[in-house]
Amino acid sequence: MKQRDVVRMALGGVTSNKLRSALTMLGVLIGVSAVIILVAVGTGSSRQIEQRIDALGTNTLTVINTGRFGAARSVASTGTQSQAATLTLADVKQISNPNNAPDVESVSPVLSTSETATYQSASYSTTVTGSTPSYLTASDYTVASGRAITSTDVARHAQVVDIGSEVASNLFAVGSNPIGQQITLGSSNWLVVGVLASKGTSGTTDEDAVAIAPYTAVQDQLTGESQSFTELLVQGKSSSTLTLAQSEVEDILAAQNDTTVADLPFIVVNEESLLSTATSTTGTLTFLLGIVAGISLFVGGIGVMNIMLVSVTERTREIGIRKAIGAPKLAILLQFLIEAVVISLIGGAVGVGIGLIGSRFKIDGVQPAVAPDSILLAFGVAIAVGVFFGFYPANRASSLRPIDALRYE
Amino acid sequence: MTVSVADAAVGTTPRMPRPVISLRNVFKQYRMGDTDVHALRGISLEIGRGDFVGIMGASGSGKSTLMNIVGCLDVPTRGHFWLDGVDVRTLDDDDLARIRNRKIGFVFQSFNLLPRMSALANVELPLVYAGVRPNDRRARATRALEAVGLGERMDHYPSELSGGQQQRAAVARAIVTNPALVLADEPTGNLDTESSLDVMSVFADLHSQGRTVVLITHEEDIAGYTGRVVKLRDGQIVDDYEQDPAEARGTHVAHAEAGRAGESL
Repeated sequence: MKQRDVVRMALGGVTSNKLRSALTMLGVLIGVSAVIILVAVGTGSSRQIEQRIDALGTNTLTVINTGRFGAARSVASTGTQSQAATLTLADVKQISNPNNAPDVESVSPVLSTSETATYQSASYSTTVTGSTPSYLTASDYTVASGRAITSTDVARHAQVVDIGSEVASNLFAVGSNPIGQQITLGSSNWLVVGVLASKGTSGTTDEDAVAIAPYTAVQDQLTGESQSFTELLVQGKSSSTLTLAQSEVEDILAAQNDTTVADLPFIVVNEESLLSTATSTTGTLTFLLGIVAGISLFVGGIGVMNIMLVSVTERTREIGIRKAIGAPKLAILLQFLIEAVVISLIGGAVGVGIGLIGSRFKIDGVQPAVAPDSILLAFGVAIAVGVFFGFYPANRASSLRPIDALRYE
Repeated sequence: MTVSVADAAVGTTPRMPRPVISLRNVFKQYRMGDTDVHALRGISLEIGRGDFVGIMGASGSGKSTLMNIVGCLDVPTRGHFWLDGVDVRTLDDDDLARIRNRKIGFVFQSFNLLPRMSALANVELPLVYAGVRPNDRRARATRALEAVGLGERMDHYPSELSGGQQQRAAVARAIVTNPALVLADEPTGNLDTESSLDVMSVFADLHSQGRTVVLITHEEDIAGYTGRVVKLRDGQIVDDYEQDPAEARGTHVAHAEAGRAGESL
């Protein structure tokens, strides 16, 4: 008995009932292609989220003012219910001192306000951010034309502004140059010195509907001198030391405000941790999609077993004849097992093809990214399904007694 | 082991040819629902090399059970059975499969050819399980089909062959491994008279070439072809006699021709 002959007999079983074999393959095929496509959608969407978070800025911490100290400190120190907390220029100076915070690259105060920008008859609602030149680098803005605001502008309280691409296209006609034009923000006039390159949207915020100006001028003209900063944007030296930078910033702020880190009236948001949260969320999503697809592969396997059981019953007489003329148990077992494996193998191969084709299309706005692992996994599982679900019927066939099998009508 | 014991037994009587079949006080019982069925009750029988034996009996006489045991499809409950010197009682399923493959050629009442294979592929099948190389297989299967007069039609599928031709293909499959014993169970039971004559003449040829043929039948006419008739009733041998097959065949042919003449009227 040669292995080649057994394989030939098994292939004969697959081709003898083509429609049935094809329908059985369909179960495995759908399972395998579902695994590949759904895992690709999961991977694709997590990639998309990573890109969005990347757009927020590189290696940055955002210090957000929650406004009030906790109850414990306020009662002990002042006796009043609470005391307003502020982010001040002194804080900025302390953090930007490399002795205090060696892992901080730069710190930019952020003073945000919403204003209507107008130029001649056109107007557009925009976020005005008063800051320093380091803000542009920290939040990943690049100047498409003109120049960025400078520290000289900040020192001179110059009413100059870099506008986002969205603001430029809404205020100025196509082809006209915004650089050197005066626009109105609120009730004051500002000189446009630069237009920023487009960054796209991040979540609900339009990153291009912005105007960035020296914080000194924004305090003068828009918010008033006494206004404290809404945020501080801190850029770390590298992503690996960002957590270190975060604790340095927290320590400085605690010292500045005469309180403990736990009681700090500010939230320090770490982009890195945002990223890992988002990644783990999409990881869970990918896992769930994979499970759903895996279940359909399992159901496909049950289909293989079902058909193989039918096939064994239908071919009981054939098995009896083969045994009567001298087929050993193993030959019958292998014949049916290989038949099941061949069916799921072909189903798996076609499933991989369809999965790869299906992953080329955008699904619900997500461009699927095929994970090479998922192809190997799906294919391997398809073969395992054939062996696992083919074994029981094959074993049943090989255990038939020849006299019973021959008598079977 | 048992083979060597049997060989040793043969060694003590060197002038006697080793019998192909040797049954010693064989019993077979099995349960059918709540009742024990005693299918064979002490059968002792020897069939020599080159014999042509008919085993006769009504249904329920135990002849099918005997055929299953002689064909190594089943083992006796009690007693001994040597096939070509091998005690089959001690063998496991795969050993029995090997014995069936090498030493026995089966011919069934319902032909039992595999429908999705050509006649040639069907005849090759026992050689596949014997591990014969493809070229040898083809040559031997072709020779066997030519021997039964099917050389012209060996690429046909069973559904494209007449009943008689199918049974001849089945005979070719039975003899292709050159077995010690050809075992035919009611080989003409599904055939018309003319095809029966056709197939029986093939068996007569096999016998004249020196093959051992055991035929199980309930028809006197068919048993008439054989040189020895063993009659069973209720699981026991009730008659065992030798006859001149030529005489018996003569009456059978005359009988059949009379029948055919009647049909043509």
